[in-house]
Amino acid sequence: MEGRMTSLEAAMKASSSMASNMARNADPDQQTLRPNSVEQFYFPRPGQSLPGIPPFFGPPSSSLYLPNDNEAKFGNQFESNPSQNTDWDPQAIVSNLTFLEQKIKQVKDIVQSMNNRENQVAGGSSELAAKQHLITADLTSIIIQLISTAGSLLPSMKNPLLSSNPAVRQLGNTLGSPMGFGMNANQRPSVDSKTDIPDTGKTSDYDELMNSLNTAQDERDELIKCPNPCGGEGSEPTPMEDHDVKESDDGGEGENLPPGSYVVLQLEKEEILAPHTHFCLICGKGFKRDANLRMHMRGHGDEYKTSAALAKPTKDSGADHAPVTRYSCPFVGCKRNKEHKKFQPLKTILCVKNHYKRSHCDKSYTCSRCNTKKFSVIADLKTHEKHCGRDKWLCSCGTTFSRKDKLFGHVALFQGHTPALPMEDVKVSEASEQPQDSEPLNEMARSMVYSFPSSDGISNLDMKMADDVRGYFSPLNFDPCFGALDDFTRPGFDISENPFSFLPSGSCSYGQQNGDS
Amino acid sequence: MAAAAAQQHRHPKRRRLFLSPSPSPSPTPTLVAPPLVTLADELLFLVLDRVAQADPRALKSFALASRACHAAESRHRRVVRPLRPDLLPAALARYPCATRLDLSLCARVPDAALASAVSSSCSALRAVDLSRSRGFGAAGVTALAASCPGLADLDLSNGVDLGDAAAAEVGRARGLRRLSLARWKPLTDMGLGCVAVVCTELRELSLKWCLGVSDLGIQLLALKCRKLTSLDLSYTMITKDSFPAIMKLPNLQELTLVGCIGIDDDALDSLDKECSKSLQVLDMSQCQNITDVGVSSILKSVPNLLELDLSYCCPVTPSMVRSFQKIPKLQTLKLEGCKFMAYALKAIGTSCVSLRELSLSKCSGVMDTELSLAVSRLKNLLKLDITCCRNITDVSLAAITSSCTSLISLRMESCSRVSSGALQLIGKHCSHLEELDLTDSDLDDEGLKALARCSKLSSLKIGICLKIGDEGLTHIGRSCPKLRDIDLYRCGGLSDDGIIQIAQGCPMLECINLSYCTEITDRSLISLSKCAKLNTLEIRGCPMITSTGLSEIAMGCRLLSKLDIKKCFEINDVGMLYLSQFSHSLRQINLSYCSVTDIGLLSLSSISGLQNMTIVHLAGITPNGLTATLMVCGCLTKVKVHEAFKSMMPAHMIKNVEARGCVFQWIDKPFKVEVEPCDVWKQQSQDVLVR
Repeated sequence: MEGRMTSLEAAMKASSSMASNMARNADPDQQTLRPNSVEQFYFPRPGQSLPGIPPFFGPPSSSLYLPNDNEAKFGNQFESNPSQNTDWDPQAIVSNLTFLEQKIKQVKDIVQSMNNRENQVAGGSSELAAKQHLITADLTSIIIQLISTAGSLLPSMKNPLLSSNPAVRQLGNTLGSPMGFGMNANQRPSVDSKTDIPDTGKTSDYDELMNSLNTAQDERDELIKCPNPCGGEGSEPTPMEDHDVKESDDGGEGENLPPGSYVVLQLEKEEILAPHTHFCLICGKGFKRDANLRMHMRGHGDEYKTSAALAKPTKDSGADHAPVTRYSCPFVGCKRNKEHKKFQPLKTILCVKNHYKRSHCDKSYTCSRCNTKKFSVIADLKTHEKHCGRDKWLCSCGTTFSRKDKLFGHVALFQGHTPALPMEDVKVSEASEQPQDSEPLNEMARSMVYSFPSSDGISNLDMKMADDVRGYFSPLNFDPCFGALDDFTRPGFDISENPFSFLPSGSCSYGQQNGDS
Repeated sequence: MAAAAAQQHRHPKRRRLFLSPSPSPSPTPTLVAPPLVTLADELLFLVLDRVAQADPRALKSFALASRACHAAESRHRRVVRPLRPDLLPAALARYPCATRLDLSLCARVPDAALASAVSSSCSALRAVDLSRSRGFGAAGVTALAASCPGLADLDLSNGVDLGDAAAAEVGRARGLRRLSLARWKPLTDMGLGCVAVVCTELRELSLKWCLGVSDLGIQLLALKCRKLTSLDLSYTMITKDSFPAIMKLPNLQELTLVGCIGIDDDALDSLDKECSKSLQVLDMSQCQNITDVGVSSILKSVPNLLELDLSYCCPVTPSMVRSFQKIPKLQTLKLEGCKFMAYALKAIGTSCVSLRELSLSKCSGVMDTELSLAVSRLKNLLKLDITCCRNITDVSLAAITSSCTSLISLRMESCSRVSSGALQLIGKHCSHLEELDLTDSDLDDEGLKALARCSKLSSLKIGICLKIGDEGLTHIGRSCPKLRDIDLYRCGGLSDDGIIQIAQGCPMLECINLSYCTEITDRSLISLSKCAKLNTLEIRGCPMITSTGLSEIAMGCRLLSKLDIKKCFEINDVGMLYLSQFSHSLRQINLSYCSVTDIGLLSLSSISGLQNMTIVHLAGITPNGLTATLMVCGCLTKVKVHEAFKSMMPAHMIKNVEARGCVFQWIDKPFKVEVEPCDVWKQQSQDVLVR
């Protein structure tokens, strides 16, 4: 067990910049929590721990590798869990929504009692502002208790609660998983890690924490008043997007969920930008995909090679009762931030990632072809590179279009704009439009014409003589230059012999009226 | 002269005209020269027009008379048609007032030639015809468009190598009114877009066979070129998407959609009622995806249609024909190669009463009863084509001749069940006929005698009519002075006397076919040499004709341009020498099986405009002589030679000739001297038909 804890901590370290080995530094108060937390950590409820948990949701949750065959081993521990766990039995959540509401009330009670306690302490906190190390730790432990008991049930509460303190916020986020019912044990180590913060003596953080706790109270009340706060059994479970599904930034745009009918989560910047979201508990190596992690785990022993261990964690069992979950961008002022007046939530975590990178990060990927377009999401760059330089539909005004019909729509709209051929295309097509080896042929033809005298002298003409127009058209050699110049070629006559005979010669009337000068 | 006199009072200078001897149609330069300088150009040009009309070569003599005449002739000429592209700069310098440049005799026009030609002079050019030329690209078009700001008519058909780049350069000629881009296979919407946006003055445009053009480009065209009156979209990929846009062009009068497989009933049905009130001519022949339903539905959109062509399109049903009532002004209906359903033909008589022209050639299902009923109502019919309607008999012809008495054109080749007696009805009733095709019919001398009433006859095709003889032709020769074209192919019963009658009675004769009239001798040719306008002479398989007759033709018919003397075994080098001396207009000649040797062949090469030669099975021709001839004839575009020569001629010489734009056709037919009598031949060909 201890070994597992250390590996978990290693995972934490990798994922979070502020990861610390708090477990060793923890206060006695916190230590008392540990057995519980450890037990919960090893509480791998099938269908509950993993379904729909966003894969990169953080090391504490989904990255923990808990082979199914270990379940039985720890099942006993689960049986002997404190009543808290049995109270929060997710099976009950799944089967009975009303029961869930009761639990929400319980949470409310707990939080209210917590609030009362908090008020008490809050009054004291201002008094103790100068000395306070111990009280801070107390308060923190209270909060942690609150979080550990009730926090996972109402994730939306956690974010406002913890929004001002990055560290705690992250904690809240990790706990705030919509699937987190009964999963709090998994988060426990991270909870422990957060307990370091008060130790650093940042009272301002602490005050904020208190304030947000109050607001959380209000929000939570609202949430509970919502007609269907948890999505309900009748409501459609929100499908969680797969990894591979490329989600656009506007994941939540199309749907018009009434405010409050969904739970809002907010990830932290560091978490969004973390390169890996799945970590090996044994060696700490990070992966982007849980499947890759499972493949990796095979190297750690035969027990990871069973088909059960390699199977993809099932989704469906937990999805039934999952509340509709939407995500908020951590960037304050962004329309995707839940503080915004016209807040538009993001649908999936992938949306969050892409949105955050696209909107609030530097565009560090530059297209190597055009050297102008920059992207912050590498997939965008790849998409662009597929089309960059190709299929450039260009207008004479310089505007380019990716599609021909768009260009033609533009040309149709603006007077005088013409489709323009790309310069290299012009050259290529000019070359190709010239009949092959035409130049040599032309040269050859020219030389042949002059080198073969015909019987009537015209062909004796040299090219140089062509300049001398008078000489050229002297009576002697004028004759053959123009055969019967007038239109004696009548329709149906040698035209029919010609392979190209579309338009009858003389079908044009311009300039045919002789005599008008 | 009358016109000159009419203008006289407006110009004081005209008075001088009376002092000088008035120029005669055959110019006498020495007399006219001094006062000619003072003659106003307008008047002089009128004179020259008349001179040219009488004899095109007279202008040349005129120009050679004096410096003033030369200058006047330079100013007069409007059309320049050079024989070779390297003559182009000099020609345009010589004729600065030319408005039309016709390069149809130049098979290969390199970019450099175009550029040098147009840069040297000539901003007056308004029309350029490059439809038969190859070898130029976008650069040449650029030079052309840049130096001819007034260019209004550009024919670039058959530019199979030209594409978007060249089209973009065409777009520099903003004033274009008529443009043909037919067969520009690499052309795409981009190139068409360049043209459409810039050339908004376009009236006529041909995009035939531009397979790369799609709906996008056509839609843009319809949007930008609102003045289009004539549009040819044959064999393009136009579909339902752009068809309504085209039909809504406000001035469109003529739309050609031959072989547009993208046009189907859906597309035709998508048009609004009375969508195009301006459209007068609609050609949808060979649109395979159209049915009678589609045809019926489009007619509601084109109420003012005058001409409709549905050849090789869809079976003709009665309901479709009845829908023709929606276009009451319809004058011309072409239904060639269609299958007629029962009662459909009859309905034409009731639905298309204003019809002037009806073509049912090669239709199946045309029966006597229905055709009789139909034509009995079409009193105004002027032209009727029932070629190869093999089921019709005397009944139909009786109905046609009795009701359509104002016919000016009747074509009924291969209506073999019509008897000679019925054919007499044609002459008796349809005396306005100008064009008659009775090829392969039962016509006899009595029928020809009846036809003598048709004094306006200008084209008479009575090939493979074995029953006709000199007597019948005598009637024609005496009473049809306007005859210009007569086809006597395989009329075995004819002899010199009949031909002499024709030659004497028809001075306007331009074209005569005497092939396989085996009795014909030099006497016929000598009499035909009096027909000064003769330009086409086909005497294939007339073994009794010799060089004597041919030399008479060469001297008398100076306009001769097409000559077929295949299997005239007696014709030898002498005939060729006369041809080379006198027939400078010759364009096309077939010499197969003649007794011509290298000498005769080489002498032909002095005819600088010769384009087309067929030289197969000539015993006296050696590879060297052939090579020399081909090298000297600079204007050749097509040569048929026996395949054996291919290996005997130096390969690089062949390549050289090809480089000038000449195409070789290597013939590999067996040597066959004997000529079957006409009746045997007819029996054989009918046997083939039956099989």
